[in-house]
Amino acid sequence: MPRAMPTGKGKKGTINRLIKMVCKQHPLGVFTVLFFVVVMAFSTFGAPIFVGLVTECIEQGIQGLITEAEFWARMTEYLIIMGVVYGLGVIGAVIANIAMSVVTQDFLAEIRMAMFEHMETLPIRYFDTHKRGDIMSIYTNDIDTLRQIVRESLPGVFQTGVIVSALFIIMLCLSIYLTLVVLAAAVAILIAAKRIGRRSSKYFRKQQEKLGVVEGHIEEAINGLKVIKVFSHEEKSEYDFSILNDALSEDGIKANTAGNMLTPVIINIGNILYVILAITGALFVVFKVPNISILPGYKVGVPMIVTFLMMARMFSNNVNNLSQQLSMIFLGSAGASRAFDLLDEKSETDDGYVTLVNIKYKRDGSFVETVEETGFFAWKHPHKDGSLTYTELEGDILLSHVDFAYNPGHRILHDVTIFARPGEKIAFVGATGAGKTTITNLINRFYDIEDGKIRYDGININKIKKSSLRRSLSVVLQDTNLFTGTVMDNIRYGKLTASDEEVIKAAKIANAYDFIMRLPDGFNTMLSGDGANLSQGQRQLINIARAAVANVPVMILDEATSSIDTRTELLVQKGMDQIMMNRTTFVIAHRLSTVQNSNAIVVLDHGKIIERGTHNELIEKKGVYYQLYTGAFELE
Amino acid sequence: MFKNFKLILHSLREHKVYAILTPVLMILESACECALPIIMARFISLIQDYQQTETIDFVQFSIQAGIFISVAIVSLIAGFLGSKTSAKASVGLAQNLRLDVFKKIESFSFANIDRFSTSSLVTRLTTDVTNTFMTFNIGIRVVVKAPLMLVFSTVLSFVMGGRMAWIFIAVIPLVCLAFFLMIKYATRIFNRVFKRYDKLNESIQENVAAIRVVKNFVRENYEVKKMARATDDVRDDFKKAEIIVSFASPMMSLSINLVNILVCGIGAWIAYESGGVEINVPQLSSLLTYGVQILMALLMVTIILGMLSMSLESMRRICEVLREESTIKNPKNPVMQLKNGAVQFNRVTFKYSEKAKRNALDEINLDIKSGQYIGIIGSTGSGKTSLINLISRLYDISTGELIVGGHSVDRYDLRTLRDNVAVVLQKNVLFSGTIAENLRWGDLNATDDELLAAAKIAQADEFIQQFPEKYNTYIEQGGTNVSGGQRQRLCIARALLKKPKILILDDSTSAVDTKTDALIRKALKTQLPETTKIVIAQRTSSICDADQIIVMDNGHIDQIGTHEELLKTNKIYQEVYHTQNKASQQEGGGI
Repeated sequence: MPRAMPTGKGKKGTINRLIKMVCKQHPLGVFTVLFFVVVMAFSTFGAPIFVGLVTECIEQGIQGLITEAEFWARMTEYLIIMGVVYGLGVIGAVIANIAMSVVTQDFLAEIRMAMFEHMETLPIRYFDTHKRGDIMSIYTNDIDTLRQIVRESLPGVFQTGVIVSALFIIMLCLSIYLTLVVLAAAVAILIAAKRIGRRSSKYFRKQQEKLGVVEGHIEEAINGLKVIKVFSHEEKSEYDFSILNDALSEDGIKANTAGNMLTPVIINIGNILYVILAITGALFVVFKVPNISILPGYKVGVPMIVTFLMMARMFSNNVNNLSQQLSMIFLGSAGASRAFDLLDEKSETDDGYVTLVNIKYKRDGSFVETVEETGFFAWKHPHKDGSLTYTELEGDILLSHVDFAYNPGHRILHDVTIFARPGEKIAFVGATGAGKTTITNLINRFYDIEDGKIRYDGININKIKKSSLRRSLSVVLQDTNLFTGTVMDNIRYGKLTASDEEVIKAAKIANAYDFIMRLPDGFNTMLSGDGANLSQGQRQLINIARAAVANVPVMILDEATSSIDTRTELLVQKGMDQIMMNRTTFVIAHRLSTVQNSNAIVVLDHGKIIERGTHNELIEKKGVYYQLYTGAFELE
Repeated sequence: MFKNFKLILHSLREHKVYAILTPVLMILESACECALPIIMARFISLIQDYQQTETIDFVQFSIQAGIFISVAIVSLIAGFLGSKTSAKASVGLAQNLRLDVFKKIESFSFANIDRFSTSSLVTRLTTDVTNTFMTFNIGIRVVVKAPLMLVFSTVLSFVMGGRMAWIFIAVIPLVCLAFFLMIKYATRIFNRVFKRYDKLNESIQENVAAIRVVKNFVRENYEVKKMARATDDVRDDFKKAEIIVSFASPMMSLSINLVNILVCGIGAWIAYESGGVEINVPQLSSLLTYGVQILMALLMVTIILGMLSMSLESMRRICEVLREESTIKNPKNPVMQLKNGAVQFNRVTFKYSEKAKRNALDEINLDIKSGQYIGIIGSTGSGKTSLINLISRLYDISTGELIVGGHSVDRYDLRTLRDNVAVVLQKNVLFSGTIAENLRWGDLNATDDELLAAAKIAQADEFIQQFPEKYNTYIEQGGTNVSGGQRQRLCIARALLKKPKILILDDSTSAVDTKTDALIRKALKTQLPETTKIVIAQRTSSICDADQIIVMDNGHIDQIGTHEELLKTNKIYQEVYHTQNKASQQEGGGI
């Protein structure tokens, strides 16, 4: 069953924008395509004209109206011209096709890169509000649609347009009556095609929907097959399936009948046209109806009928093609407009001007900026009066009276004030949705606060360039996203310039070294498909090593240990403990055991801080933390 | 290959009529289509004669015109009906095939499922069936039509054109060869390119998924550079492949043109020399039509061959499933009743497949009395799950003896056995449907009160009552709209509704907090005293009050004893206990 066509209409002007874009980026290519398409088009209807001339010549020859020499001279002339016209047509087609391929592929690469490049600049909000599958579908389905439009439909419309109008004029030149017959048949074909097409697309859409349901059921049943077996639920499941399956087939028959019908009906109406044309022609001849044509001097006879028969085929085929290509463009404009929507998304803005620079310490304890990688950093702060100040990077974070809402009106955080002095460990505890992760999203400015202030080493983070701010923080997320590549590459992601030794050292700190060495190729083991060949715990260890190699003073750990077996959990825990040493750390904890030694534990509930203190203080207080600790509450 | 065809066509069943009718209609359609040019030639000669003689036999004229138009109409009707029958045949085939494969898969044992993997089974039942359907739908028409058109057109060309038809015979093989080579070459390149293209999209997907990592490490530019390289590679590959394909349609027209020029040239010569006797103008024009028809038919043949070769692999994969026999079957004269919940393992060994080098379980001796509460602990891969899977005969033991409720496990009717041995699997799933529907999997006829009772034991009632729709709350596919802990509790309740004699929980409370975990255990103990309860756990706290605790290690039983005994004597148990209680004192805190 054909892939689902993108549904819905595109925005107005999408196709115009697409055409403008292609023309602007590839003027030469587009010109080449257009030029040779015209050449190609003209050669295609060269054929019937010459066949007509040849047959006329033969007839005259047979009837003795022309001499043998004349006959052969004309014959050779026709055949040579025919050869040349055909040759030009073939060459034109090859060049046009190649040019189309080149333009299309260049354009697709450009737009794909433009989309990707632009996507990388988009704020996290975009990714939080769009489904991953939807974003991916722009890169796969919608790009395919663009290919279809640029490579096939647009040139197709142009080519068939040229052919149809030229044929029309030629036919009018020969005989207006016969042209009318052809025109009537072409209209009939168009109407039939349209009706069948509408019916088929209606049922194909239905079929596609039902297929989706059936496939969903299949997926669910097979993924849950072991449960089905355990519950001896096979018969029920088969019964449910057969009902859906039967419903699918009902629409399937309708859709495919219509789909199958299109070609035979068009061809056969073409055949009928062929017959009617021949009969009409014959009647004209027999009843000696005077011919009316734009060019005078043509009379309806056998040669003209032969020519017309060939042209009629061509005309009806092209009219049909034209209508199909136009509807492809119409359908495809939805896909194209989604691609443009991505390009039109607003990029993340950055007004920051304070940057992070490497510094070198002198003997007296003062420091200077340097381009070397020293492992020491300072904030470079230009002021309005043109002066520059430097502040050492220490990792002092202060959130004061922060309010935040993902969507205006739905406040997620209320008046949150938290401070972390350099080297301190601050833990966030609370139920899902309490706002723990949200706070970390604010510190690295994935989202901007509504009210209040966040200061980093005393500097308002709005003044810090986002790239500098993020480089100064290391984050270990709950989702262990790894990239296709070696283990070494994945850890080095934290610091691209890290040497192999640094990577290995980081792996050791993160407690990942031992298991990596047991992998088939050690650090050179290829990870694929999001590190699927590793266990959840092992992926988390690589994640931690990646953060460790970055070696920055502030860490955010969104810990994920719930699905890890006990032994690996211990390793992960140790790894985390090691990289937290001497760093300012924000920990989001699911298991309270991991946060007991924090300098402060912040208990959040519905975006408000409800308790704060050290472990012992909070236990003594016998509040929410105490209840969580004793297991009276569930942390879900 | 033909065996596969046969097996797949077996699923046609009641739609066989359409599958036979379609080719018949296609024969009719192609015969008509091929007859048209020859009739046309005769018709035009009539006019030609008229032009020369100025007399016409109107009866003859009308008859010819009548034949002419009726052939075209018959062709239209045949084509129209053929579309219908082929759609019915192919959709019917797909429908039956899907059901057959689905039924077959449902009959699979765990070992069969493992052998295929679930994702591969899904592909076979979706993509592969769809591919087969599409090939059949087009194939059933074209397979007959294209060769027939080829033969008819060639024969008629000889009838009409005489020796001129040799032009076609000379050109056809050349075109065939060229197309064959081109398709072969292009498919090879395209296969390679599409793999790269998939990789490119995978890496975009990876990037979208990991966007937080990218942004956190400020690696946007790095990713863009990486992507630019990959995009350029794909672009260049696609260009190469498409440039080759660019020659395809011009080549097609080149050969048509060549045929046209040859037919015109040679035809003109023959016609002139013979004074229009051997061949005349109308015949010449029909010959041109046959030339196009022959080449089109050839093109169709090549296309269908290409499609067929692509779907052959799909058919093979479907047949693989259809031929697979379930490794576990109901015994003859099965035992239809399970007396009690006692389980006895006598020197049981087990391996997942005969080829496996290592036994998954070795020398297992166990004696579980009806109503006992058993805990199993051990690291990942130690054989805990393998052990409990044998009890409800999800897998067959390799050697030894396994007695459940007084009979060897393979003598029971499978349904009886599995209704009495309820397993809450580690990788458990809920199905789309309401909570009540999901719970009733355990017992289709359970009353609302029974649902409530089971949910209460599993500590699920409390949160279910908090949902606005309570027991009618709709669970999304994969159970994504309830939390992990809630899902686990629903799964336990579902198993409880079976009122089993043996209840097995395979790490089924890992996402449940310790307090609730303790409440579930307590409820199981007090409310199901008769039921044998076997609990696999990661945490010692979950099983410390069991009657017996089995410590598994590396496929064998390391030791069996109570919590106190093991704490004194078993090294593995001690290690697990101490790490958990040092790192997470609070987790024992609730008990």
